[in-house]
Amino acid sequence: MKLSGWGNFPVVDCQLSRPRNEEELANAVMASRAIARGNGRAYGDSALSRTNTIDMRKFNHMLSFDPETGQLVAEAGVLLSDIIAAFLPRGWFPAVTPGTRFVSLGGMVAADVHGKNHHIDGSFGNCVDWLDVMTPDGEIMRCSRAENTELFEWTMGGMGLTGVVLRVALRLRSVETGWIRQTTHVAQNLDDAIDLFEDTLDATYSVAWIDCLSTGETLGRSLVMLGEHATLDELPGTCRANRFPSVTAQKLGVPFNLPGFCLNQYSVRAFNALYYWNGQRGDTTSYVNWNSYFYPLDSIRDWNRIYGRKGFAQFQCVLPLDSARAGLNEMLKEISESGRGSFLAVLKRFGQQDSRFSFPMEGYTLALDFPMSDRSVSLIQKLGQMTAAHGGRIYLAKDSIMDAQSLRATDATRVSEFERIRHNSGAAERFASVQSERLKL
Amino acid sequence: MSIGPVLILGARSDIALATAHSYAELGHPIQLAARKSETLQTAKEDLEIRYQVQVTLHDFDVLDLENQAEFIDALPELPEIAVCAVGVLGDQDSDEQDHLAAVQVMRANYEGPASILALLANRFEQRGSGTLVGISSVAGERGRATNYIYGSAKAGFTAFLSGLRNRLANTGVHVVTVLPGFVDTKMTENLDLPNKLTAQPSEVGEAIVRATRKHKNVIYVKPIWALVMTVIRYIPEPLFKKMRI
Repeated sequence: MKLSGWGNFPVVDCQLSRPRNEEELANAVMASRAIARGNGRAYGDSALSRTNTIDMRKFNHMLSFDPETGQLVAEAGVLLSDIIAAFLPRGWFPAVTPGTRFVSLGGMVAADVHGKNHHIDGSFGNCVDWLDVMTPDGEIMRCSRAENTELFEWTMGGMGLTGVVLRVALRLRSVETGWIRQTTHVAQNLDDAIDLFEDTLDATYSVAWIDCLSTGETLGRSLVMLGEHATLDELPGTCRANRFPSVTAQKLGVPFNLPGFCLNQYSVRAFNALYYWNGQRGDTTSYVNWNSYFYPLDSIRDWNRIYGRKGFAQFQCVLPLDSARAGLNEMLKEISESGRGSFLAVLKRFGQQDSRFSFPMEGYTLALDFPMSDRSVSLIQKLGQMTAAHGGRIYLAKDSIMDAQSLRATDATRVSEFERIRHNSGAAERFASVQSERLKL
Repeated sequence: MSIGPVLILGARSDIALATAHSYAELGHPIQLAARKSETLQTAKEDLEIRYQVQVTLHDFDVLDLENQAEFIDALPELPEIAVCAVGVLGDQDSDEQDHLAAVQVMRANYEGPASILALLANRFEQRGSGTLVGISSVAGERGRATNYIYGSAKAGFTAFLSGLRNRLANTGVHVVTVLPGFVDTKMTENLDLPNKLTAQPSEVGEAIVRATRKHKNVIYVKPIWALVMTVIRYIPEPLFKKMRI
């Protein structure tokens, strides 16, 4: 069947199986080179295999929860949205969450996802206690920081190429309410935004929306949004009455693929309205419910369709601290001159991270969408070269464009180590995605 | 609506488990009944962790008619709602050549389900309250060459439910007939189903909960099926017998 990632590009005809138990899964793994697929939220071709894509969503049971430690053990096909639905009313929230709650636990492990709190709490791997992984021989191996360490470390961020993640033990964070105290700061340009990030490193959550069309003095003008979990006492009465707000039904939806030009018109207006509103009011503080704070796009069902039938590509890089300022200015200039990118980009400060193959490193990460076209592809390639030149990395969960050479230009040492590990464990013969083949991993 | 226990008969199927999730989400304790019920331990724990409701497992074989009354007596509590999700599709082609296998399909889809609901109906009637939900099939609306063994049994089950509803109309006991159409389940995973006509198990579960709350009598999970089946019912027999649908 035809499958794609969230970006609707590339669309690939894939053989898909849907195992329901470990035996069926082992049979699928042993059949031919395979890749596990969760809820299809990687943007590109990370979870596609022409001959053997394994849909893991039948493995969707929660297995145990310890209210003393907040440790939840669940199968890899469980979605983050299910975890929030079950545990937020009891005062628990994911310790690390990406920008959509419709990701599977297996996918979160494979991409070692990050959230707006990376500078404080690190990536998803930091709240994972152990994993059960189906290895190339079809056996299940428990791995953690204490046992089978190598498997654990390389599976976290290993894009499903070391084995199939079957069970995850993760720690949730205890929260007093489902509300976030959000403070919005206006930054006149990119340097201003970076200064703001550096001055607010103690904020739990931080992220910036950048206007990609502004140029010159205002290149990179942005809204920097900081957030803290609100306590019950500080909440205004209306919020306090609804301590753990539930997800209201999705009212908005994108029923079919829109022609590409719609997108920028909407987002331009929305951003401008916000920017000037905030600019006039000065720094503003408000209480926002968890869903609109962490998952603003989730409430627009199928938002990926706004890019039309050709789909889109997302570019996300991270640049190390010392070259971030120069590198990002250069990139934004390139993007605004091209007029190709989405109107909005997302900028985020990463904290330190030591991991084998995960994306984050201490520095700044920039993410934006491009409607799929030849010119977008060449711009993304150019941005990739700039990333390499500044010592940065590309996020594989978003990538659908890079080639083997440009991956090695950004990440040579880690890539060759990853290849060695995969070769030694037999994973190289057993696990492959369209992406790993493109990148010759 | 009170949140008394919900008994799910044939609890291993995708539709049955999805229905259990939908009721548990509202806080109903769940009684899962199936053959070899100990294999539903993971499903039980999943429901308990997610919804903090009590879930119990019960061995139940729909064709073991002699022990059905005993099965009901052994439940921790007479359920408020009983959902019968028992059913087997069979293999039409081979069952055509093996009449005893065909009879097994008929019994599992009609005789067994009707029998257990008959017993539950009497207990509910005596109590003066309760809801019985029978998951039947659009296949029972008109016999077709490709699945008439299964379909005929479902036709019988549908008629049984309709009669039961009629009988119990003024007793405080309500009967819901569910005609799901195509559903993306293990039962149908080898069939090539049209997307627009195919429901997810969770949609069936939600539709069943809605139907019990609103006292619906007969529901199609996807409304389009009401139209499809109306058309199929009205095709004149001389024409219908020559069609392959």
